[in-house]
Amino acid sequence: MNEMMLLVGLIVLQSVALLTALLIVVAFLIYADRKVWAAVQMRRGPNVVGPWGLLQSFADLLKFVFKEVIIPDGANKGVFVLAPIVTAALALAAWAVVPVAEGWQVANINVGILYLFALSSLGVYGIIMGGWASNSKYPFLSALRSAAQMVSYEVSIGFVIITVLLCAGSLNLTEIVLTQKTGLGTMLGLPNSILDWYFIPLFPMFIVFFISALAETNRPPFDLVEAESELVAGFMVEYSSTPYLLFMLGEYVAITLMCAMTTILFLGGWLPIIDVAPLNWIPGVFWFMGKLFFVFFMFAMVKAIVPRYRYDQLMRLGWKVFLPLSLGWVVITSAALVTFGWLP
Amino acid sequence: MIAALFFYLFASVAIASAVMVISSRNPVHSVLFLILCFFNAAGLFILLGAEFLAMILVVVYVGAVAVLFLFVVMMLDVDFVELRQGMLNYLPFGGTIGLIVLLELALVLTSWAIAPESITNAASPSTSGVSNTEALGQILYTKYVYYFQAAGLVLLVAMIGAIVLTLRHKQGVKRQDVSTQVARNPATAIEIRKVEPGQGV
Repeated sequence: MNEMMLLVGLIVLQSVALLTALLIVVAFLIYADRKVWAAVQMRRGPNVVGPWGLLQSFADLLKFVFKEVIIPDGANKGVFVLAPIVTAALALAAWAVVPVAEGWQVANINVGILYLFALSSLGVYGIIMGGWASNSKYPFLSALRSAAQMVSYEVSIGFVIITVLLCAGSLNLTEIVLTQKTGLGTMLGLPNSILDWYFIPLFPMFIVFFISALAETNRPPFDLVEAESELVAGFMVEYSSTPYLLFMLGEYVAITLMCAMTTILFLGGWLPIIDVAPLNWIPGVFWFMGKLFFVFFMFAMVKAIVPRYRYDQLMRLGWKVFLPLSLGWVVITSAALVTFGWLP
Repeated sequence: MIAALFFYLFASVAIASAVMVISSRNPVHSVLFLILCFFNAAGLFILLGAEFLAMILVVVYVGAVAVLFLFVVMMLDVDFVELRQGMLNYLPFGGTIGLIVLLELALVLTSWAIAPESITNAASPSTSGVSNTEALGQILYTKYVYYFQAAGLVLLVAMIGAIVLTLRHKQGVKRQDVSTQVARNPATAIEIRKVEPGQGV
């Protein structure tokens, strides 16, 4: 009994530590996102609160929290309040299985990648519920659009994950990272290095996954959920104060999760760029964070550079380009694995 | 003890939400309760040690099927009061179906007692040393591979049928053809005309 309480206490402590670290990282990622965007447009970006504006996200947090919560008269109150909570909670819950370094995860489950896939596909509920419960035209239209968009891109994300699983031979996230220790580079006789990671043999899938991740998290150029020129501010029009904050938080945590998934599936997780003396002294968690920040920087640059897609083009890309491409790649990968006897 | 606690939690919430699915007035609320029910079923699967089935249940039913349900229910203006009025007409029919399902469930559950050999003859995955996913895959792709393929074929036919039934080519709609757009160049896209003043093109 005592041991069990100790175990439960340990898990609670781990979760709290993970969430604290995650929320602080997300606060600075939001800041970084705005700074990158500003730099591309030759603006200064946030630079008032704290040195170089570093505390801007915390100021925003306080502002949101202290505002009054406004619930529209015609809204379906229960669902209206539930929607942002669902978005934020699902996005945070997914982090339970993410290994930030070897053994550094709250739950090392056998079907880790499926758990991540399941929770990221549930993100759509917050949006549909929010859009419907607002009882207003623009949020509803936006929610319908978004639901169609996220369901379409999930399909190709699923196939990309399957190609990685074929190569790794496991659904366990830690094992997926560990199988990236050997690969192309070690075949050439090099030490474990960047050449072993899956983004080289599966390069087309890496690109498909990156673009689908943008669409899945409603990031520009696929932010048709918000499309301020057509839909005012999308499904969040009626939201203010803390519920709005929860939506934003959920969105950014989901983006960070997608960056982490890209890192784990294609960029070798916590493995160093090359496994030689000075580089492998750096703890794995810093490698993981570094790769995560790199992927996030790409997300931010795409937001700053690429114009928004039209809705029919978005659907065409998802169903007519990515789906056949990823499906074909699953067949090619499995054929190659069987032919050359590389099956794990 | 924790497992028992979680079992009662998941089971009671699942039953409560299942009751709410048929009793709530708002159809959207019904679908949301259905989703809650799916979640608790997934929780029960995890308690049974079937983590793969639990995740697939969440991915397929909650992540895709229920989204479409929600989609349809939100778009349709379902008037439940009107629906309830005709309930007595359908009661015999619905009751018969319910009774048949109940009998089937009872048959399955009592087959341990009346025909124990049917349980032992059924192929069950060997769970020693391999993970849940591997064990399922090994039995699905060896003993049941033809059934599996047949099920896949049935689903494929259903999918094609649904597409054929709903696909309509509207006349007079301009469709975007990206390859022709990309292949255009000034020589094929622009025509230079000399326009006389006062004449027009």
